[in-house]
Order: sequence, then structure tokens, then C-alpha cells
Amino acid sequence: MPRRDQLQALCAERILILDGAMGTMIQQYGLGEADYRGQQFKDHSDDVKGNNDLLNVTQPKIIREIHEAFLDAGSDIIETNTFSGTTIAQADYALEDAVDAINLDGARLARQAADAYTEKTPDKPRFVAGAIGPTNRTLSVSPDVNRPGYREVTFDEVRDAYKQQVRKLVEGGVDLLLVETIFDTLNAKAALVAIAEVAEETGEDRPVMISGTVTDLSGRNLSGQTMEAFLHSVEHSQPFSIGLNCSFGAEELRPHIAMLAERAPCLVSAYPNAGLPNEMGEYDETPEKTAGFLKEWVDQGLVNILGGCCGTTPDHIRAIAEVAAKGSPRARPDRGDDHKLRLSGLEAVTI
Amino acid sequence: MTDQQSTAQFVNIGERTNVTGSAKFLRLIKEGDFDEALSVARQQVENGAQIIDVNMDEGMLDSKEAMVTFLNLIAAEPDIARVPIMIDSSKWEVIEAGLKCVAGKAIVNSISLKEGEERFLHQARLIRRYGAATVVMAFDEDGQADNKERRIEICARAYDLLREKLDFPAGDIIFDPNIFAVATGIDEHNNYGVDFIEATAEIKKRCPGAKISGGVSNISFSFRGNNPVREAMHSVFLYHAIKAGMDMGIVNAGQLEVYDQIDPELRERVEDVILNRRDDATDRLLEIADRYKGKGKKQEEDTAWREQPVEKRLEHALVKGIATYVVEDTEEARQRAEKPLDVIEGPLMDGMNVVGDLFGEGKMFLPQVVKSARVMKQAVAHLMPYIEAEKQGGKESKGRIIMATVKGDVHDIGKNIVGVVLQCNNFDVIDLGVMVPWQDILKAANENKADMIGLSGLITPSLDEMVTVATEMQRAGMDMPLLIGGATTSRVHTAVKIDTKYDAPVVHVLDASRAVGVAGKLLSQTARADYAKSIADEYEKTRKKREGKSKADRLIPIAKARANAQPVDFDGYTPMKPKVDELTVFEDYPLDDLVARIDWTPFFRTWELAGRFPDILDDEVVGETATSLYKDARAMLDQIVAEKWLTAKAAFTFWPANADGDDIIIYEDAERTREASRIHCLRQQVQKREGRYNQSLADYVAPVGSKPDWLGGFVVTTGHGIDAKLAEYKAAHDDYNDILLKALADRLAEAFAERLHERVRKEFWGYAPDEDLDNSGLIKEQYAGIRPAPGYPACPDHSAKSELFRLLSARQTAGVHLTDSFAMTPTAAVSGFYFGHPDARYFGVGDIRRDQVEDYAKRRGVSVAQAETWLSPNLAYDPDADA
Repeated sequence: MPRRDQLQALCAERILILDGAMGTMIQQYGLGEADYRGQQFKDHSDDVKGNNDLLNVTQPKIIREIHEAFLDAGSDIIETNTFSGTTIAQADYALEDAVDAINLDGARLARQAADAYTEKTPDKPRFVAGAIGPTNRTLSVSPDVNRPGYREVTFDEVRDAYKQQVRKLVEGGVDLLLVETIFDTLNAKAALVAIAEVAEETGEDRPVMISGTVTDLSGRNLSGQTMEAFLHSVEHSQPFSIGLNCSFGAEELRPHIAMLAERAPCLVSAYPNAGLPNEMGEYDETPEKTAGFLKEWVDQGLVNILGGCCGTTPDHIRAIAEVAAKGSPRARPDRGDDHKLRLSGLEAVTI
Repeated sequence: MTDQQSTAQFVNIGERTNVTGSAKFLRLIKEGDFDEALSVARQQVENGAQIIDVNMDEGMLDSKEAMVTFLNLIAAEPDIARVPIMIDSSKWEVIEAGLKCVAGKAIVNSISLKEGEERFLHQARLIRRYGAATVVMAFDEDGQADNKERRIEICARAYDLLREKLDFPAGDIIFDPNIFAVATGIDEHNNYGVDFIEATAEIKKRCPGAKISGGVSNISFSFRGNNPVREAMHSVFLYHAIKAGMDMGIVNAGQLEVYDQIDPELRERVEDVILNRRDDATDRLLEIADRYKGKGKKQEEDTAWREQPVEKRLEHALVKGIATYVVEDTEEARQRAEKPLDVIEGPLMDGMNVVGDLFGEGKMFLPQVVKSARVMKQAVAHLMPYIEAEKQGGKESKGRIIMATVKGDVHDIGKNIVGVVLQCNNFDVIDLGVMVPWQDILKAANENKADMIGLSGLITPSLDEMVTVATEMQRAGMDMPLLIGGATTSRVHTAVKIDTKYDAPVVHVLDASRAVGVAGKLLSQTARADYAKSIADEYEKTRKKREGKSKADRLIPIAKARANAQPVDFDGYTPMKPKVDELTVFEDYPLDDLVARIDWTPFFRTWELAGRFPDILDDEVVGETATSLYKDARAMLDQIVAEKWLTAKAAFTFWPANADGDDIIIYEDAERTREASRIHCLRQQVQKREGRYNQSLADYVAPVGSKPDWLGGFVVTTGHGIDAKLAEYKAAHDDYNDILLKALADRLAEAFAERLHERVRKEFWGYAPDEDLDNSGLIKEQYAGIRPAPGYPACPDHSAKSELFRLLSARQTAGVHLTDSFAMTPTAAVSGFYFGHPDARYFGVGDIRRDQVEDYAKRRGVSVAQAETWLSPNLAYDPDADA
């Protein structure tokens, strides 16, 4: 059976497990500037320490090891280490030229790791999602408070940057595309246009996972939208799944996940942080605690895909996988042909 | 407009942000007055537009640029961007540019079959890709549909194409079957209204799921200049079109006459025209049209409530917080009542009960409740002379509560809010004010036969003072419940430190909204015992839990913590000598330089309104209240500045300084030969992960013998002059403005600290002359250097203020004093230190062990017991237990 069909079949049966925090794992290796540069970039003009995506090229072994640690813990879907793999994000390191390699190597590393595990346990096939981050520029908000109409980047620039990333992720063999940590809905819409255009150009389309993030406790993202308005803004892309990641811990995310569980016409995903950061900026929620919160969601049938974001380790994923194995996936609501006109500004309107 | 049922579903699309339909809007856009153009959009939303149509199609304009600019500006205005946008243009490139600006799901207005199927489908496919719905005009290769049959035929063809070729969702297809002018004098036009209405019904049947929209004002085009007749035509037309299935329409939302309220003669003649019921319909409407000219619907203040009986009027005034008529209404009620007291116990209390219930149900918010209380107090003030004249007394209240801010503390905003809320709920509140010693609290409670005592405090030393009050109440053999509240108080502290000192119930009250429930239960004969027991059990559990996890286990010895100090870089960084090297004083700093620096989010938090500014103004739940509060606050702020209610004073200086272990030495001389003072810092002792450090502020100053460095100190206040105004409010029984002014003064003091820090970085110390941050960048602290304040997490000991104040001569220079507990008066004040190192960050010292406390006591030259009192919130151990 082709992988795409396997995936479809699996999510009808059970809750699928994503991986945890790539950044948290990389941190534990205590890498220095020289490690980040590797041989390939040893003479690069700018400092590159902290550019985790570059490690796909310079420290592939470490990235592969992290993928394997999560696969070992029970991840069905692993994310490529390409969160900042756009020319826009890499401009901070003057590494726009490395973007193709970052995505191609990143996709291949994850592909190889997933395939190796699929071979080991053929009854549990593993999948790769190409991670597409929000970039560090926002299309909805001016960086200059005195010029609210100004934008530091255009929709076309963001779309083109995403297209370059998507092409290489697909070329490297990802099964899905994951537009994640969406704080600005317009950036996400540019990514969705990019994905559609690449599919049209290459004839290679991939199911799309969409994952937003809530930036404050009132439940809105940075562009000011409620999560329901966000759903209305992106559901035209007929995503494979929609959900939330990062933001807060599981406890604070619950009402928003419940809303999506009720309304979303596709699968619902969630991969929260390991709680809120403590006063030192560290995530210290234990695997048992995170999994404990998620168990409630599983019991209430709110989710189809679970995983972890900031601060979650393979132990967290193992605990989450155990919880998920005991529950059944959310049943998709039958919205049928209700013919509603669903619009949104910052708030949702249904006519 | 029409009866409620049919209009409830109908969606108004605001039409005024359209250069082809509004001469005013066109002029604003041409002149580039986008601020005013935005206010046109805002008005539309305020008047009920659920979607706004934006159209920039004008020959003299760069339509694409105008569309992009305006939509980007709207995105920055939450009160407009709340609603979906309709991107209206006949040019595809303008539509596509607009689609790239909106985060929400918009509507395109419009596409059509005018240029053939291929182009139509291409555009529809792109609209789908950008995530929008679309209006489809009844227009094809042969032109615009102008009769019923063509309308239906074109729409059906477009529908089938979209559904079959693109799987375009039916709900996202909106047909505009063309509304044309009637009563033009040309007979062929007479049936246009009927055609539209009948086509609408047919299209809805033929194209399941599709919606119908239209530009309503077209229908009345021939009556330009006669708005009353135009509005009547719109209402009548919509009344029938909505019945036929019209879902939405582009209208001027603020100007629609109610169908039932149209003058019957006018309505009949309009109806004849719209429905084409008579051949002479146009002439008959023209005959009477001039009579209605110049009337039109105006937006007026709703005064209908003034017609109601006096009891209802009082209730309305209380719920809405309207003080305008309260004295005359109260007087009317008094004349009717047997005794003046009956007015209080009757209509006023009934009104306040409604307020209390609404607040309890979360349907009213704190600022509204405080406004209600202001109305109540004014009514009671009017009645008091009559009541006293009759020598009545002792009205029946739910209970009497003594409230006080404890000794050493001067902060009372929170306490006043709780007091107001309790009064609103018929509790008798005796407020002893601020800095109240325990003796006075106990005395007042006994003399007034109080049912309960409520203590409040903001700074950490107040926690100890509350323990003292509890201890003394126990010693005095009292048994009334004790309520604990205020920003630094916590359930844990109450359970562990206060509850154990006093046998009668002690309850921590999280915020004002809980106060009524707690007080009510404690005074209820039936509920009290159960409630007290459940609280006691809960606190017992809290204590057990705390015992279970010994904090000290996670802590490392101070010597080890020091060995893991942050290796702040002084090799690659050389501290700059401050540009200003003497004590600098501002006697009267201009307030208008501070207003823009205000961080409003904490202001709303003071009023228990949660959310980030400015989003909170648009919040679904509290937005309306927040907006009204914000309006009042801005108005008062303008007065504060214009009439100089407050005087802002400040003093700051920089001292030659170097770190010596966890101390920072301050030198008298630039040569650093004579020590003037030492600032004693604390260090984190929590066990850190590899690569994290046990931080102390001292780490940010160059160590002795390395390089010359400097430390700054400052105090600012915006509290001078406030007392006169507060006295006025008190006399007027105006708690609302009293709390508002205090909260604003606090915000101004914070803004002053922020502004001064900015100028320190850029001018006075001058290490960042080129810094260029906007207010949100400042709030997010994207600058080099910090200004930690004693009493806050990085240097939690409030007593450090005494040395800072001495060095700054704060009393003489800024007129700021310290209380016994090191609270600052005036209360609207901020003081602290300046650290210039670019790596300096705010952090929390957190829990510390006895070894550091002993060392700190030695460094400060005080007893360990004294140090433990000062540091009590940070102690990882119980000094009483271990002693």
C-alpha cells in the first residue's frame, strides 16, 4: 500500500504520535560555534551558533540520532529539522544560500531514519512531515509603531521563500507538509499558496498539516485572531489536519483544542509545550504530568494526532504514546453540506 | 428596519468605505488622510456593519496602492479588523493585491462571466487558493442581466461551472443579481425591484447553498438628496427581498428606518414603487417626497428609560452607572416613601442587588460596578440629612466588615475596590485607611461590633504585619473571621503563616469578585460552619503538601552557588563612564513626555480586566467595559496633563562602582580609593542545570581590580498633588474617579521610570546613544541594561531602599519618603538601580538557604533574625521551626 493510503488507514484506527522538541534535544549536546559550522561553513562570515537547521548539513549524525530517539519512543510521524529553513529566516545568519541544502538534507535524514524503523517494525510504518516554520517576519503587523501600514516583507516574498523550501522538502521525500507555530495567519496563507503552487508545478502534492499557536491567554494569535477565525481563514486548503502547538502547556490549550475538535472538518492535532516555562525560562513539566493532561483529551475524544513542542523529550513522547494507545481517535464531525458561509476578520462569522 | 425575525439573519455590509459611493471617503483617500478614512470604517462597524466593503476604483487614484495601504492600516485597528473585509473592485489586480493583505477569510466583490468562462474560472481558482469567498455578478458575455430570466440563467450557469469544474464550496458563492434604480421615469425600469426579488427566490432554489447579496442604495438612486425617502425605500425593498431569501446587502448600517415606523402614507407609496403595484406609483411618490426632505433618522441618546416609574429609573441608573438624574430621582422616591430609609432599603437596594447579581454572573465588570457604586453613594448622600433628621439608624445590612491596609503599607487601590464591591452587595464597610497599626484594627473591630476583618497589603513586609495582626487577634480572644487580600498575599502564605496563628476562620481572597461570596458564606448561619471547615481542610492540605517537598533539598550551598556565578564578559566589554557624574534632580518633569510611555495592560489588570492592550478593547467579553474605562482614563489623563494635577519629580545619579563578591562597592571618588557605601546583593541558590548560572546582580558589575565600572540609582514619583484631587472625589462620594486617578498616577510613575531609563541609556549614562525603539519594544525590554527595583525578584529585600534613598537624598530631592516597612510615599513612585552591562537581565533570586541569610546578615551588619524578617518570602526554611 502506498504510504499515503497507509497513513489514511492508520488515522481511522488510532491516535497518531508526532515527535517532541528538536531544539531541546539539540541543546543537550552543548554544541559550540565550531560544531555548528562544521567543515562546510568553517570560514562563514557570520556566527551560526544557534542555527539548528544548519546541523542537518554540518552534524547529520546528531540530527539522525535525535530522530531515532523519538522513533524509539514511539513517534509515528517525525518532523524534519527545518523550522527555519527559508531564505527569510536564514538571512539572520547570512545563510540564504544554504537553504536548499538544509531542506534537502533535513528531509533525507528524517526519511532515512523513518525508513529504517519501518523496516524494523513493518507493522508500525513511520512517516516524515516537512516542518515549515512561521519565519521571523510578520505580514500582518508593522514593525514600526509609527507607521502601522508599513510591512517589512511582502506576501509574494514570503510565498516565494516558502516555495523554495517546499520544493526541497518534497524532493527529499517527506510524506506530509506541516505548516506550524503559526502566529500570523497571513504568513500561513502565503505558505498554503506556496504549497498549492508547488504541487501544481511539480504534480507532487502532499497532505498538509496546519498548526497554529495562541499568543496570549485570551486565546488569540499575534495577528489578533481567535482560533475559530483562524480555522475559517485556513480551512479552504482542505488540510489533512489542523491543530495547535507551542503556545502554553496542555492545560491552557484545552479550550481551543476542544473548539477545533467540535468544528474542524479534518483531523485535529495538538503538540503542546511541557507546561509553561518556569521563572528561569525552562520547561520542567514531567512526562507523566504532560501525558496526564493529554489523557483527558484522549478520553474525551478530542484529538487524532498528539505530540510535544518546547521542552518535550523522548520520555514525554513515550508517556504520551502510552496514553494515546489506550484511547481512540476523535471522530470527525459530519458537517456535511451545511452550505454555511464561514468568514473571518479577527473574529469568526458564520452566515 | 423590518420585523426582527427576518432581519436577525440579514448581514449588513458597510458601504461608506467606497470611493465610488462616498464623496467624503474619496476626498479623504485622495488627500491621503487615512486616519480619518479609518474612522469612517470604524463608524461603520460601530453602527452594526458585520462586514465592510472597501472599494478604491477611481480614475484619479492608484487603486491598487490605495487598497493595499488601507487594508494594511485596518489590520492594525482591532475594532475594525474584527469584522471580515469585502474586497470590492472591478480590476482583478486590485482584488489580488487586496487578498494578499487580509489574514481573515474575506469576500471578493466581484467576478463574472463578462470575459468568458476561462477567465472566470481562473479567477475563482485563485480566490479559492487565497482562501476567500466570492460575489458573482449576474453579468455574462452579452452584458448585465436586466430581467428576471437572464438573472437566473447567468447565476445558474456560474454556479454549475464553479461546482463542477472547481468544487467551489456552495456556501462561498454569493450572487449579486443586480439591484437597479426604480422610479426613474422610464417605464422599463419600473419592474427592476420586483425582478430582483423574484430572481432571488428562484436562484436560491436553483443553486443550493449559494447566498444573495446586492448594493441596496442603487434602488433609490433617483431620489438622491432626499435621504428620508431613500431610507424608506431601502427598508421596504429589504423587507421584501429578505423574505425572498436575500442574505446580505451593502447598506449604510447607521441609517435604516424601521419598516414598521415609516410614516404609513410614505410607506404605502414607496411600496407601490418597489413592488410596481400601480402605473402612477412614481408620480405619487414624487408628489409627497419633498415633504420628508430634511427629516431623516438621527442618532440620539436613548432616553426612553426616563419615561419609566421612578423605581425602574433608579435601577436603570444603578445598572448603567448614570449619575445625571440620580439626585432628582432619589428625591422623587423620597417624597413618595413613608421614611427616607425606605428608599435605600427599597428601590436603591433592589437596584444594587441587580448589580450584584449581574457581577456575580460575570455579566458586569468591575469598572461598571464601581460606577454603580458612585451612583449609589450619591443617592445615599442625598438621603442622609433626612435620615439623620428622623434619628433613625442601624439599617439592616448583611454584616459589618472592618477593612485596613496594614501598618507600613500605603497601597489601597485593591482594598478600595473590594470595599466598593462589598458595599454594593449590602455589606456595611468601615474602612480604616492605610498604615493602620494592629491596635487600631482590633479596637475598631470591637467598638463597631464588626462581623469580620479584611486586611490588605501590596509589599512583602506587609505579609509579616498580617501575621502580627492574626497573632494579636488570637491573644485578644477574638473569634471573627479574618480575610486576607492584596497582590503579594497568597493562599500558601495564608495557610502556612497566618491561619496557624489564629483559631477562627482565616481566608485568602484572590480578587474582588470573590470577596462577596466569601463574606456571604462566613456570615451565613447555615453555611458558615461547613465553609470554614472546607477552608481549614484545604489549608491543612496545603501545609502538608509544602512540608512534603522540602524546598531546601533543591538548593545548593552559597559557596557552590558563588562558584557557579555567571561569567559576565568584561574582557570584550569596557563599561563606559557616564556622561553625567553628579546627582541630577527633576523638580517638575513635563507630564506630556510620559503619556506615550504608559503601558496600559497593567492598568486594566488593576480593574480585574484580563487581556493585553490594545486587544482588550476589542475583547468579546470585556471589550465594551474596557473601552469605556479606557475612554474615561484618557479623558482624565488629558486633564491631569493640561491642568497639572500631578507634579513629576525624580532624582538619579551614577557612582563609581565595582563588585566585591556579592556586594557592589560604591566609591566616593573616581580614583576608587574611598568606599562610600555597599549594595548587598543576593544570589540564586537553586540547583541549576549544566550551562545555567546561579545569578546575582553583583555579577553585572566589573569586579574590583578589573576595570572601572559604574552603578546608577534613581527614584521617580508622579504622586505629588494627588491628595487634593482625591479629597475632592471623596467628598463627592466618587470611588470610581478616586480609583481611576490612583491607578493612572501609578501608570505615570512606571512610565516615568521607563522614560528616564531610556534617557539614561541614550543621554545621561549615554552608552546607547543610537537606540531607537518604539513603545512596544520598550515594554518588551529590547534594550541594553536593566533597572531592578528593591522588593522585586532580582533584589527582593525592600530594606535595600533605605540605603538607596540615603544616597539619593530622596526625601529632599524627590520628596519621597519610606514607611517602617519600606513602602514609598507618595505611592505612585518607582526606585531602583541602573546596570549598564549588555548581558544584564532580570531574574528572580527565588528561595535561599540559611547559610546565605547568615552571610547576608553579617554583610549588612544586622542580626540573623532581622535579615530573616526582611527576606521572609524567600526563605527556604521556617526560621521559627528551626530556631
